Amino acid sequence: MSFRRYAIAMGAVTLASLVGLTAATGEVPYPDIPKGQGEACVEDTDFMRRNHMSLLMHQRDDTMRKGIRSEQHSLKECLDCHAVPGSDSIPVTVEDPQHFCRSCHDYAAVKIDCFQCHASRPEQEVVAEVREE
Amino acid sequence: MTAKNFDPARRSFLGSAAAATGIALAPGIFLYGVGATTQVAARGLDEAASSAVRWGMLIDLNRCDSGCNECVTACNKENGLQGHGRPETDAQWIRKVEVRDPGNGHSQSLPVMCQHCEDPPCVDVCPTGASFKRPDGIVLVDKHTCIGCRYCISACPYKARSFVHEALQDQKPHAPRGKGTVESCTMCVHRIDDDRQPACVEACGDTGGGAMLFGDLNDPDSEISKRVATYATQQIRADLGLKPGVRYRGL
Repeated sequence: MSFRRYAIAMGAVTLASLVGLTAATGEVPYPDIPKGQGEACVEDTDFMRRNHMSLLMHQRDDTMRKGIRSEQHSLKECLDCHAVPGSDSIPVTVEDPQHFCRSCHDYAAVKIDCFQCHASRPEQEVVAEVREE
Repeated sequence: MTAKNFDPARRSFLGSAAAATGIALAPGIFLYGVGATTQVAARGLDEAASSAVRWGMLIDLNRCDSGCNECVTACNKENGLQGHGRPETDAQWIRKVEVRDPGNGHSQSLPVMCQHCEDPPCVDVCPTGASFKRPDGIVLVDKHTCIGCRYCISACPYKARSFVHEALQDQKPHAPRGKGTVESCTMCVHRIDDDRQPACVEACGDTGGGAMLFGDLNDPDSEISKRVATYATQQIRADLGLKPGVRYRGL
């Protein structure tokens, strides 16, 4: 009987710890990733989370070296769709923690250097034209 | 063989001899090849640049006014080049140069930018392969691999390249530029890939003297090829044998 009691006790402890763990995962801070414009991303969200860097790297070399400028996986298109308007409704740059790329990269502690050269938001004259329309 | 024995004239002779043989052996095939490639200008977004095309420029100095700066202004605007009040180090992709013959006092003004050499010395000296020539003859810097050593700046006889000294923001999306990398005229490669003319050529035609002509030097039917074949044109420092893609008339 003592063994049976012990087993029940252990089961209860395990269950309690599992419940505790589940509750704890709900409290893990999760990045507040701004939603992009448009219907859907160029690939599945799961796929993009894991592979966006490979797509960008591939496109980078194709565009730079061969002049292939297909829009499907271009950084420019990413930024156009994932522009996050700031308090003045002008898209924020990567200096702002709200920036789409930064919101997740800050969380994952992955440093990116794309924006040392690339613009981190859509071209502002174009944005101004769109807003006037 | 040492470097001293390198003779670009011999290399070019062998190259042209090979090309001439190609024409002689298979004239029909060769002509069809050229005919097909003239369509490459309107190639799709997902098609790679082709070596059948050789982009070039012809600048008629009789139409280039010394007081006109439209090409430089257009280039700065197109590529987002902003000065920092330091003319010695501010980026400059195209500049107007005044040349004067001390013998008779005759002076001329000419725009000078990356000459997009067929044998670019900047590509030869680059230790990382960042400086490269696209198949269609456009010489570019891949800033992803540029380490900012500036060997290419020293190697370029045209002083065409600049180094970015300041951290930048809000670059043009089509012209990424960043601190610690070398840059130069891209012949507005983003426009060419979009079947448009370089910004300087467009501005020269719109508000300048209409001195600049852009086109495919490999296509015998293009306006630039016809003019190069008809008139005597010059290359700056032609003695170096770099075969620049930018040519001048009346220099």
